[in-house]
Amino acid sequence: MTKMTMVQALNLALKQEMEKDDSVILLGEDVGRDGGVFRVTEGLMDQFGEQRVVDTPLAESAIVGMSIGMAAYGLKPVCEIQFSGFSYQNFHQIENHAARLRQRSQGRYPMSLVLRAPYGGGVRALEHHSESREAYWAHTPGLKMVIPSGPRNARALMVSAIRDPDPVIFYEAKALYRAFREEVPEEEETLPIGRPQLVREGKDLTMISYGAMLRPTLEAAEVLRERDGALAEVIDLLTISPLDEEILVKSVQKTGRAVIVHEAPRSFGPGAEIVARLMEKAFFFLQAPIERVAGFDIVIPLFAREKSYIPSVERIVAAAGRTLKN
Amino acid sequence: MPRTPIALSERIEYLAILNEKGQLDAELEPDISGEMLLRLYRAMLVGRRFDERLLDLQRQGRIGTFPPIKGQEAAQLGAVAHLRPGDWMVPSFRETAAELWRGRTLESVIICNNGFSEGAVISPDHNDLPVSVPVGSQILHAVGLGWAARYRKKDDIVMTFFGDGATSEGDFHEGMNFGAVFQVPVVFVCQNNQWAISTPVARQTRSATIAQKAIAYGIPGIQVDGNDILAVWAAAKEATDRARAGGGPTLIECLTYRVMMHTTADDPKRYRTEAEVETWRGRDPLTRFQKYLLDKGVLSGHDQLELDTEVLQEIQRAVDNAEKQMQIMGNPLDMFNHVYAELPPYLAGQREELARELATGKEVPS
Ligand SMILES: Cc1ncc(C[n+]2csc(CCOP(=O)(O)OP(=O)(O)O)c2C)c(N)n1
Ligand SMILES: [Mg+2]
Repeated sequence: MTKMTMVQALNLALKQEMEKDDSVILLGEDVGRDGGVFRVTEGLMDQFGEQRVVDTPLAESAIVGMSIGMAAYGLKPVCEIQFSGFSYQNFHQIENHAARLRQRSQGRYPMSLVLRAPYGGGVRALEHHSESREAYWAHTPGLKMVIPSGPRNARALMVSAIRDPDPVIFYEAKALYRAFREEVPEEEETLPIGRPQLVREGKDLTMISYGAMLRPTLEAAEVLRERDGALAEVIDLLTISPLDEEILVKSVQKTGRAVIVHEAPRSFGPGAEIVARLMEKAFFFLQAPIERVAGFDIVIPLFAREKSYIPSVERIVAAAGRTLKN
Repeated sequence: MPRTPIALSERIEYLAILNEKGQLDAELEPDISGEMLLRLYRAMLVGRRFDERLLDLQRQGRIGTFPPIKGQEAAQLGAVAHLRPGDWMVPSFRETAAELWRGRTLESVIICNNGFSEGAVISPDHNDLPVSVPVGSQILHAVGLGWAARYRKKDDIVMTFFGDGATSEGDFHEGMNFGAVFQVPVVFVCQNNQWAISTPVARQTRSATIAQKAIAYGIPGIQVDGNDILAVWAAAKEATDRARAGGGPTLIECLTYRVMMHTTADDPKRYRTEAEVETWRGRDPLTRFQKYLLDKGVLSGHDQLELDTEVLQEIQRAVDNAEKQMQIMGNPLDMFNHVYAELPPYLAGQREELARELATGKEVPS
């Protein structure tokens, strides 16, 4: 095992899948010669050549539209949109085609396509480079929306995403790219898409998060234990959609309390759907109102103020404290 | 059934007036007043020195990521100088020199680049749109502005800037087509600086020029040496006069070069050679223009030295001012400003939440 950053772990996943399967093709802006602006595709053009790692002209709609054609032919395109803030240029290709071509062709055409995009704040980026808009994709039937929370699960989920027969939107938190290293095994590892993971056991409270917010959530759980002796169970969603509520419901049936943490704006965000599922399936077990700790419903501010926007450990602890009080 | 060539009405020309050494083609020399020549020179100098200073500030961690403009000053100023204050300038993100010409302050640029939205102010006596980061998206806004000005029977015109990379986006095609179909008073200025991050222009298009794309849209197009401010000036004069007279849009391709990194987060050594950069350094727009002005007697060696000091002092004052202003900026609650004309109740509630959190410092659960 080697300790890797998330950038290196994703690079490993792409490299190994490309070695195993020549239908895997990478395309996007600056993914080849430059190795991607975050270096996730570093070295892959040298290894696999320009036919398999394609530097495209600057057009997101074309990158995704072309990937749809490649996927219908049976290839497995992995396209990079340089920042998720520029994936709206390709929105219609995803919404109108990638998400439905299987159904529109009565199952004839596979749509094994991965759209990778860095998302989220916290790296002092320029305007339009810090949003968390996973809810847009999660709202589109036919898509899978995956967000890893660290190097090891990023690698395993990327392998699964590439092999998945359906289109996967794969958001990579910029704030996690080089934030920490984890042991990542050289040998193949996959994780099922559509299955959240229990990452910390507890009995007093359930905390649900994903992506860049998982770590502050875990820190908050630790604060609660040290300070209040409260044992929080923490669940990492990993897949936003299709959302599998089973493990969430079981946990909340046990703890009776829940806090959901995400960076995306609160209203109509993933937390809203989770709350709805818990109300449907765990209502009679609840002992306190469910809390959401999320981005405010405003445009994420430029970086001088972004710390006040992004959910902090303190904010999560405070919300947990409120639910525990009941 | 004949098979005959179709006669295309538009032809595409290339225009250069000052060569790389600053030598003039006297027959093509545009008639620019001495006063305007000096204003342009000063603006180029400010653009250049300010860019260098921003790079220093970025390297010292005093501002965030920004896109340098070095080498593209002539392409911006020769064009934007034809606008009246009431006209509209619609920039992408690499037009700092043009923005400063349009009354944006040095302070505001520093403040914005340091992550404070307070810096995104538009000069009150100019009609410009803010910087547009999503590549190519602003081209359509220019078309809408031009349409609206004509609807209101104003003779305001619009000038929009974009890069070579932007011409690959659908928004470019749509903007050019709408502009042409509606014959709006817009000047489309493409700063072809040869690169879009690591992608060379040859990877954006198989067309020999970007200017020739105008033919397909049915509007005039011209390619100019974008490092020759006289050529840019001359082409932009024709285009702005035409737009103002109701003659519709023009596409101007300025051949220039991004001498620096794409943004301060980029490392161009990964994808281009130092030799290429050196070649383009030899075509520098500022030294070329300087030589022309000295030859012409509009500028003396003495003026030049004085101006150098004056510009550096102006920049220093701006840095000091901006840093002073930033010390009292950044109230987090301000991020709720301007989201809507009026804050909806639930959002006012979220603002309250934040205010309470700030008031108690690190909130402790009660
Ligand atoms: C729609 C969109 N896609 C991608 C990006 C990321 N990006 C920023 S600038 C740039 C290259 C732009 O090249 P060009 O249009 O030639 O302008 P230049 O940077 O050379 O001034 C890219 C890919 C973006 N800002 N917007
Ligand atoms: Mg360019």
